[in-house]
Amino acid sequence: MFYREAGQFKASYAADQSIFPIAQDRFGVLVILAVAFVFVPLVANEYWLRSILTPFLIFSLAALGLNILTGYAGQLSLGTAGFMAVGAFAAYNLQIRIPEIPFILDFVLAGLIAAAVGILFGLPSLRIKGFYLAVATLAAQFFLEWLFTRVGWFTNYSSSGVITAPPMVMFGFEFSGAQSRYLLTLSIVAVLALAAKNMVRSEIGRAWMAVRDMDVAAEVIGIRLLHTKLLAFAVSSFYCGIAGALWAYVYLGTVEPQAFDIFRSFEILFMIIIGGLGSILGSFLGAAFIVLLPIVLNNVSSIFAGGTLSAHTLSHLELVIFGSLIIFFLIVEPAGLARLWQIAKEKFRLWPFPY
Amino acid sequence: MSQAHKKIGDIMLKVEDISLSFGGVRALSGVSFDVREHEILAIIGPNGAGKSSMLNVINGVYHPQEGAITYKGSTRKQMRPHQAAKQGIARTFQNIALFKGMSTLDNIMTGRLLKMRRNFLWQALYWGPAQKEEIENRMVCEKIIDFLEIQAIRKTPVGRLPYGLQKRVELGRALAMEPDLLLLDEPMAGMNVEEKEDMCRFVLDVNDEFGTTIALIEHDMGVVMDISDRVMVLDYGRKIADGSPDEVRADQEVIDAYLGVSH
Ligand SMILES: Nc1ncnc2c1ncn2[C@@H]1O[C@H](COP(=O)(O)OP(=O)(O)O)[C@@H](O)[C@H]1O
Ligand SMILES: [Mg+2]
Repeated sequence: MFYREAGQFKASYAADQSIFPIAQDRFGVLVILAVAFVFVPLVANEYWLRSILTPFLIFSLAALGLNILTGYAGQLSLGTAGFMAVGAFAAYNLQIRIPEIPFILDFVLAGLIAAAVGILFGLPSLRIKGFYLAVATLAAQFFLEWLFTRVGWFTNYSSSGVITAPPMVMFGFEFSGAQSRYLLTLSIVAVLALAAKNMVRSEIGRAWMAVRDMDVAAEVIGIRLLHTKLLAFAVSSFYCGIAGALWAYVYLGTVEPQAFDIFRSFEILFMIIIGGLGSILGSFLGAAFIVLLPIVLNNVSSIFAGGTLSAHTLSHLELVIFGSLIIFFLIVEPAGLARLWQIAKEKFRLWPFPY
Repeated sequence: MSQAHKKIGDIMLKVEDISLSFGGVRALSGVSFDVREHEILAIIGPNGAGKSSMLNVINGVYHPQEGAITYKGSTRKQMRPHQAAKQGIARTFQNIALFKGMSTLDNIMTGRLLKMRRNFLWQALYWGPAQKEEIENRMVCEKIIDFLEIQAIRKTPVGRLPYGLQKRVELGRALAMEPDLLLLDEPMAGMNVEEKEDMCRFVLDVNDEFGTTIALIEHDMGVVMDISDRVMVLDYGRKIADGSPDEVRADQEVIDAYLGVSH
């Protein structure tokens, strides 16, 4: 009864094309932003900020990046973590080699470097699709991992290969506490999510989806396939690169190749499958799901099983649940949690008269 | 109903001696014909005659082994489809090639891609010139939506639409390109009488109002005789006739190859 557009007539195409055409949605997003920026930092404890919300946001960013490439442009990639590693190592090397650059600019440059690497590994996408492209991106993943592990220059010849991330200082302020780091991450993710939403509702987003849905027809309406696919690789890798830099600097506090292995790539792929391919909201839902599931399972087992389940069993249970959900979503609802949420909203709009 | 008032202009597209084969299969052998400005040319022929292949050659989807194509005065042997699009050639496909995951409106909006100039950074901001451009192009698409009488399905994902409407949306996407030459591959196949009549009306109106040149493939001879200015007949990859609907209807070779057989 309360969620509907009755009485909200759109008098112009501008209004109809606005980012959230239904007032309740607009309101909802503002509330979420207000809660995230003001309420959460006030009430959440250190553990939640540092170990749950910050990684959730960074995962969301990486998932957004992969969703642009795979969900929107239809190019399956298993190289996500590789591109994240490029971002992390680029930020680190920029910072130690040109310390004059403010760290936030380092992050942007790191994103751009990741974008360039993304373009390079996206080149095969002109010739190969689907499974074969996935294998090519897998090669990118292994190559990049190898590069950062074996070539000493990238780690500044540190003997352990594990480097403590340099401090993040801006205008004399050091982002060291959980709260400031959370807010930093949140700001970056909010801006980039808005940009992503804008891109996918514009010409470039339609071009990506056209290439995804029917490439011959896309070319016939004037889309240059290689250009459009490479732009998807670039934008996607830019997002992943910044996510990688954040992961190393803000979350881990160390820069190490092991944080960006193939399992990380799969983890992010699972996020967009569960959250929803081709959905901005879905990237967040998928990330939230994967970050929260282990915690929920842990709590549920301690409540019902009184902690008798070993950590080992729990992590197996987690895998089983992931596996079944991925199969479920792939077969039943490829549009993921985001679609389920949309269906719920549609039901709610018709409520209480479902017909 | 050949339209006497219509001004048919100069040769716009000249197809010369086109041969195309796929491995051992010869789809087209030495086909030559012209398309004149503002005319409606029907291409007919039995299944497998090479009609769709001919359209694919014209807009660069297939690359013929021999022959040349002159369009708007410039001759080329091969071109990429997006270049053909840039030069004002639009088309629809025999097996509908819509973007399944997108709404009717978004599908039609994709037809405006070449008219949009802002780069993706502007679009990421969705502000100023990018927003203005988006709205201007939306207005063009809304006119097309009104013209094709598909207002009610504007926001419907095209995958959920019935076949006849999908064909209409695909025409809308091609029209959004504001083409000079429109290639329609069996636009009325599989439609009921009413839908066919609508589609005929749209084709004639487009040709009439915007002067768009149209080459269309069609099996329904009633429709062909009604709407086309000229008819070309293909059989086994060769051109066997080319002339006014009445001439072609009277041609013995055509009758043998095609008209006599029921489809
Ligand atoms: N992409 C292709 N690959 C192989 N053979 C093709 C291809 N396209 C068309 N052909 C062949 O070319 C011939 C003409 O096909 P087509 O142009 O579709 O005929 P029509 O549209 O007149 O029914 C057929 O024998 C068909 O099998
Ligand atoms: Mg055909």
